[in-house]
Amino acid sequence: MLENQKCKPGGCGGGGNSGMNRRNFLRTSGVLATGIAALAAALSPLRELTDQGSWEQFFQKHYKELSKDDMDKVLARITREVEAQYQIRPHVKDYKPMDGVEFVYCLNLTRCIGCRKCVHACVAENNQSRDPEIQYIRVLKMPHGSFDMEKGDHNYAPESVPEKGFFYMPVQCQHCKNPPCVKVCPTKATWQEPDGITVVDYDWCIGCRYCEAACPYFARRFNWTTPKIPKERLNPNMSYLGNRPRKQGVMEKCHFCIQRTRAGKYPACLEVCPAGARKFGNILDPESEVSYILKNKRVFIQLKEEVGTSPRFFYYFDV
Amino acid sequence: MIQGTKNYIRFLWRCGRIAFVGDWRYYAWMGCLSIFILFGLNAYAKQLVHGLYVTGMSDQVSWGVYIANFTFIVGVAAAAAMLVIPVYIYDNKELHDLVIFGELLAVAAILMCLAFVTVDLGRPDRFWHLIPGIGKFNFPGSMLSWDVIVLNGYLLLNVHICGYLLYCRYQGRTPSKWFYIPFVFLAIGWAVSIHTVTAFLYVGLGGRPFWNSSIVGPRFLASAFTAGPSIIILALQVIRKVTDYRISDKALLTLRNIVQVSMLINVFLLFNEVFKEFYTRTSHVASSSYLFFGLHGYHALVPWIWTAIAFNLISMFILVLPMSKSLKYLNIACALAIVGIWIEKGMGLVIPGFIPSPLGEMVEYMPTLNETLVCLGIWAFGLLAYTLFLRMSIPILQGRISKSNEGAADDALFTKGPNPGNSIPDSSHAQTAHS
Repeated sequence: MLENQKCKPGGCGGGGNSGMNRRNFLRTSGVLATGIAALAAALSPLRELTDQGSWEQFFQKHYKELSKDDMDKVLARITREVEAQYQIRPHVKDYKPMDGVEFVYCLNLTRCIGCRKCVHACVAENNQSRDPEIQYIRVLKMPHGSFDMEKGDHNYAPESVPEKGFFYMPVQCQHCKNPPCVKVCPTKATWQEPDGITVVDYDWCIGCRYCEAACPYFARRFNWTTPKIPKERLNPNMSYLGNRPRKQGVMEKCHFCIQRTRAGKYPACLEVCPAGARKFGNILDPESEVSYILKNKRVFIQLKEEVGTSPRFFYYFDV
Repeated sequence: MIQGTKNYIRFLWRCGRIAFVGDWRYYAWMGCLSIFILFGLNAYAKQLVHGLYVTGMSDQVSWGVYIANFTFIVGVAAAAAMLVIPVYIYDNKELHDLVIFGELLAVAAILMCLAFVTVDLGRPDRFWHLIPGIGKFNFPGSMLSWDVIVLNGYLLLNVHICGYLLYCRYQGRTPSKWFYIPFVFLAIGWAVSIHTVTAFLYVGLGGRPFWNSSIVGPRFLASAFTAGPSIIILALQVIRKVTDYRISDKALLTLRNIVQVSMLINVFLLFNEVFKEFYTRTSHVASSSYLFFGLHGYHALVPWIWTAIAFNLISMFILVLPMSKSLKYLNIACALAIVGIWIEKGMGLVIPGFIPSPLGEMVEYMPTLNETLVCLGIWAFGLLAYTLFLRMSIPILQGRISKSNEGAADDALFTKGPNPGNSIPDSSHAQTAHS
């Protein structure tokens, strides 16, 4: 390989006043050929590239600049791609925010028993990669009497929960009013929707992971490699900004199950919770459950209030 | 106009040609670098296929040695200003002819920075989303978008300044002051801005108390103005050793003064930070504790940071003592400063910011072999670029390649190979160096 650097055309090949003679020409070509061969060998792993994407996707505009027609084409493309990959015909929609709605999540720390059913329901609903598994919700086992998260246990695995002397705190995207992730994104690939949901355009994200560094809640997850989902586990009800399958190299996170909540349903984590610890609804509706909780319960905390993010996710106690 | 373009293309052509000519040491050096580059390319090709999974990074530690190296090298690029300021503001004669080597170093460094950022992207195919006007540029909101502007701007400024001065020298005419002096001054301010903006990338994150500290910016500048001129001191000595380009000891000792003061400030600022963290011991001390002493049984970075501190302190002592007026000791001090600051800015600044995670989880980071090969490849690429720039510019500065010897002279020049190594005149000064 060293050889190839010795000469390049026009370099030492040009020996003598008579220009290139035959020997020089052969030598230069030999060196050039070795160089190209070495380069080709170095780049050979690229042959394994399976997911090259399409020009259509390469030139696709940012979500906010897509017209209705553009979006129809994009949804058709996604349908085609999912069908080709999973042999299942999905229903992909672009759910829009509803007027007069701002979503808020309330989580009752008195009730949470740390069973992690929410974690798994979320994975099933939102088509996260199963290998490696991506989870949007992280449940911390915390000793009574402390709110120091450094004392929390992320990997608890007892026979049964809850354990005496501990409380459990699930953390997911807090859908902040002042989201640092949105502020730092260099390409506006993540933003806050009018109904308060912070979303990611998976087709626009460049994968710099600045948002992941900026998030004070460890809410964002990166697709370090190609996500794998078994066919039979695929949830065919998909949304563009929500649970459609992602590609390698892009960021994702909790989106309050946008494909459910914008269609009037509860998020998957709430539905599955056996303890009734999770409450979700429209804070602009004074009759909603979340409005009642924020008015009447001891709303104990917006996590890391001091960083000024103003989460739409409230932890409370039943007292 | 057409003649002008023709002349310019001819100039570029001759520069390109000379880049492939040299003695066996030149070929060996470039061959070696090329091998590293090929290994780096190979590793990067694997990363493109399998994703950033092949690195040691995780959702907890989401930036690693790529961004660490990037941070360090931005400082190297910024340090070109430390050559320019004495010359253009304080009218220092010794450094006057050396400014261009600093600026070429800046160009090579910025190319490396861009490479390090690119390999860190999950979707490099979507780079065009970052281009103002075509993509969707989050300016002025995102510090990363500022970084795109200041880095590329700095690249253009330095390419213009170097390119213009060299072309004038080639043509044998005096450069028009209006065509470069304003850019030189702009570049001084710009140099400060590239490292400040890079510091603000970190400082601006309220959720990461280790970075969210106003001293990070000043520390970045102090360490950059130590490590950068140190690299230039070493590079200049290599240049005068392998070429017959004249570089006086006095010039090197002027740079020593710069490194000396910067290193003192650098260590002082580090001390300030250490005091604030460990005297108050708020809950925000966790990352610093992890870095310096280990936390909850995890201490991967402890040997690194103490090595860095030891190197910095030894280097500081050598620099303040008169012994560093001898080039032998000055070189040791510079080498220690470079390695110390590289560790401190890299493993010491980027990684502990992620540990513990915002939810208090302890996940450590260690670069993988693949990741390391990519880094080595980029370093080799940077060295290759700098060597090429020097290979082209030194004969021009010496007047060996100029408009007056275009044509027939070329062949003579290239067949003999204006071998920098064993050329004839003025090589005596190299021996006088060790006084």
